Amino acid sequence: MNIYKIWDVLEGIPDPEIPNISIVEMGIVRKLKFNDGILNVTITPTYSGCPAMSVIKSEIKKHLIKEGVNDFEINTSLFPPWTTGWLSEKTKSKLQSIGIAPPKKQIECPYCNSNKIQLVSEFGSTLCKSYHKCIHCMEIFENFKCI
Amino acid sequence: MDYLFKYVLVLADDALILAQRLSEWAFRAPFLEEDIAISNISLDLFGRATLFLKYAASIKSDTLEADDLAFKRHEREYVNHLLCEQPNGHFGDTIVRQYLFDSFYSLFLYELSLSKDKQLADIASKSIKEVAYHLRHSSKWIIRLGDGTDESNKKIQKSIDNFWMYTDEFFMMDKIDEIMYKKHIGVNRIALKSIWLKQINNVFSEAKVKIPSETHMLSGGKKGLHTEHLGHLLAEMQYLQRAFPGAKW
Repeated sequence: MNIYKIWDVLEGIPDPEIPNISIVEMGIVRKLKFNDGILNVTITPTYSGCPAMSVIKSEIKKHLIKEGVNDFEINTSLFPPWTTGWLSEKTKSKLQSIGIAPPKKQIECPYCNSNKIQLVSEFGSTLCKSYHKCIHCMEIFENFKCI
Repeated sequence: MDYLFKYVLVLADDALILAQRLSEWAFRAPFLEEDIAISNISLDLFGRATLFLKYAASIKSDTLEADDLAFKRHEREYVNHLLCEQPNGHFGDTIVRQYLFDSFYSLFLYELSLSKDKQLADIASKSIKEVAYHLRHSSKWIIRLGDGTDESNKKIQKSIDNFWMYTDEFFMMDKIDEIMYKKHIGVNRIALKSIWLKQINNVFSEAKVKIPSETHMLSGGKKGLHTEHLGHLLAEMQYLQRAFPGAKW
């Protein structure tokens, strides 16, 4: 199987915490490479304590085996550290569509686009999000932290 | 090799022990947002501890695992700084302990990210991003509580007075620190002190609190000489692996 097909396969794995985004879109899969017939998959954690990493690894394993790729290694790399800068515009609009404000310097309410917002807490339901309140529409929403 | 192992272990134990302490707040914090915040910080620190412990284990031997180091060492084999093991106390105590820890580590990790040891530098670069928002959180609370009511100011001043004696230890260089620093692997702790004090003074003056004068400083954590609190923490953290050795999730 060629490398492009494998990228497509991994595109089909949803992020366990934000299922409408794939692990590829999230920037977790960094590199795919064949070495003497063995596929090397390099992944990187979003946050060092991200509890989803083991689930992600086992999902990659499952999907590859299902597609008939049996010789592979999954490596974790830390450098360069994961950044929200790797999220594409398309991925950001997907976040917005489910009510999560995408990472931006000037955060906007994902519901009414107002920039009159208040920080409720730097910490949200997962490590990658913070809580905000929109002063304009009074809605509480989560923001994908810019790191 | 043994020096590098011991150097990494200090960094691992600091993160692990404080993470365990913070996890005691889960579903007990004063309100929901802080419950989530403290649990998040705890999780980040468990992540940092795992990265350092995995690295330490790989230096020691091919068969040693991070969990062996976390669950099978005795109190005297732990080398964390004394501040990390201190009990949570009230919310203000936890915030002061966290602020002193975050403010030191934000400086330390930056220096460590320049280390000649690639793995240490990589872990540090990753952790810097996280400690940045931990520090923002803890320093905002110092100011909010210090510059709050008379009572909150008195309480947090008392927390500062109580924890201050554990701060000097972070800036002391033992033999291993010296060797690692000379090899451009480790950080010169002493050099961090003046800039740390400057930052502390900025936040404290905004918070209307003071650095206590004439504090007798305590140290010994890196030699395995701990306060009476660590044993109890380990007893809880290690219970399962001690009672059912090798149990897997």
